[in-house]
Amino acid sequence: MDPILQTEGLTIAFGAYTAVDDVTLAVPRNHFKSIIGPNGAGKTTFFNLLSGQLKVTQGTVKFKGQDVSALPPFARTRLGMGRSFQITNVFPKLTVLENVRLAVQSQAGVRFHMLLHYRSRRFRVFEEGALHLLDMVLLGSRRDTLAMHLAHGEKRKLEIAMLLALQPDLLLLDEPTAGISLEEVPAILEVIRRIKSEGDRTIMLIEHKMEMILDLSDSITVLFNGKLLADGTPEDIMNNEMVQTAYLGGLYDDAVASQGHADVY
Amino acid sequence: MVLIGLPFVTDSRSFLMMLTQIFIFAVFAMSYDILLGYTGIVSFGHCMFFGVGAYSVGVMMNEKGAAIGSLLLAILIGMVLSALLSYIVGMLSLRLKSHFYAMLTLAFSGLLLVLAEKWRSVTHGNDGFTFQVPELIKDRTVLYFIALVIMVLVYLGLRRFIHTPVGRVLQAVRENEQRTESLGFEIVHYKVLASIVAGITASLSGSLYVLTLRFVNTTVFSMDMTLNALLMTIIGGVGTLIGAIIGASIIEFAHHWLTELAKFHPIFERWIIFFGLLYILVVLLFPAGIVGTLRSKWHKYRKARPQDTDPSGVSTESESQGKKVNVS
Repeated sequence: MDPILQTEGLTIAFGAYTAVDDVTLAVPRNHFKSIIGPNGAGKTTFFNLLSGQLKVTQGTVKFKGQDVSALPPFARTRLGMGRSFQITNVFPKLTVLENVRLAVQSQAGVRFHMLLHYRSRRFRVFEEGALHLLDMVLLGSRRDTLAMHLAHGEKRKLEIAMLLALQPDLLLLDEPTAGISLEEVPAILEVIRRIKSEGDRTIMLIEHKMEMILDLSDSITVLFNGKLLADGTPEDIMNNEMVQTAYLGGLYDDAVASQGHADVY
Repeated sequence: MVLIGLPFVTDSRSFLMMLTQIFIFAVFAMSYDILLGYTGIVSFGHCMFFGVGAYSVGVMMNEKGAAIGSLLLAILIGMVLSALLSYIVGMLSLRLKSHFYAMLTLAFSGLLLVLAEKWRSVTHGNDGFTFQVPELIKDRTVLYFIALVIMVLVYLGLRRFIHTPVGRVLQAVRENEQRTESLGFEIVHYKVLASIVAGITASLSGSLYVLTLRFVNTTVFSMDMTLNALLMTIIGGVGTLIGAIIGASIIEFAHHWLTELAKFHPIFERWIIFFGLLYILVVLLFPAGIVGTLRSKWHKYRKARPQDTDPSGVSTESESQGKKVNVS
């Protein structure tokens, strides 16, 4: 089966600084891939290239066999790519329900309708769909709260609900547990596990919590200084010496000294 | 209700005239609120649509004569021109950051002002010109009702507009453009759409405005007009259509009263000073505008189930206006 996502020599440079450097990667359908790497390794930048927030300097992104490198974010969303942001990114002054309802409306392709009321019989299904998703991410009871009044962990769950509303084939989750309290982590984990268990979505996850990654992932990709350092099953990665040094330090100087090192691997 | 009965009770023509103008400016302010309050676009040249509507009617009445048919045609022409204009300005600048739109609208309205001044054969330049209006509209009471009906219709129309799927997306754009885009909405279309709707509505208010004066000159293109709309919207409450109506009433009333007071003390000749004070007071006491602040207080009061729509919108409007009428 064709991979759902393929990158070839993906590179972006900000002036002299190359944030993502020649990353070639393929993700099969319905696969769960985690991306790890130390801070500043280019993980989020890599996601931004995939979802179109940043334009590639070199290389291509292929999604479902189609070259999407030049498409703007909304077009990639319509093709079935959904991403969450590391910084919570919701509509602060709209209600929780409305946040999700907008996403459901977008998915249904209702974009320029301006005669009927948004709660008319024809559009009420959006609200029902949104409520269903809110229940799925355990936010059903907060439907009328303004998003700005949610706790941080709840905002992350809201984001996931909005993402699911788009029914993406590929989910890009950027540190869904970043900055939330320890008590809330299991709930997020539970939500992700539920999505995974449905089995019809490809998921890419950026995370730092190793136990969570090992628990969920089919494969792991390690980025370091913008380069692809390793890619393999969780066991491979755990036993990989270079990955360990990357995390424990020391490799940085080596990598700078011998540029070819990572490529050889 | 009070407003409907009013013309039969009062025989003060100037009072009726003032209310008519309030209705018209309420329409203008509501159109501005679609941009500023619902889509989050700042425009510094909203007067250009007002002016286009105004001059369409003025020129048409002058050239083709005062008939209902040509009046309607003139209003329609104004709307179409405004729609075109707002489309062009929008397409040119709404892809960019918001201040480009603000600057470009400022430039275009300046351009139209110069055009109105220099194209003397049609506009009679700075002095403007008076024109005849159809027989029917000469009656102040009729005009009053027309303005009232149009205000209510525009209010209902725009209210429906902001509650359609498109209207909800506009509010999403206001809240977070990047997020809206990543949901799969192409935001520039929505912004241009908002600017067209606002432009058409503003053109309508401009057409009505010159009908009450039977006179048009270049002040309809002046910066003051835009500032009026801005102040009315901000004082009443950004993002609430009722707020625009209330803001329009307050500003027009304040203007009227303060000028009247000049009879008692010459300092009121400088009514604009007091106007400034009033503005400062409102901003201090009602940071989110009158309606906006009251509404958020109300939500805090019954925190359990905040809803952002009030089904009794129309009645509150006439009540709140009715109150002011009683005070006066």
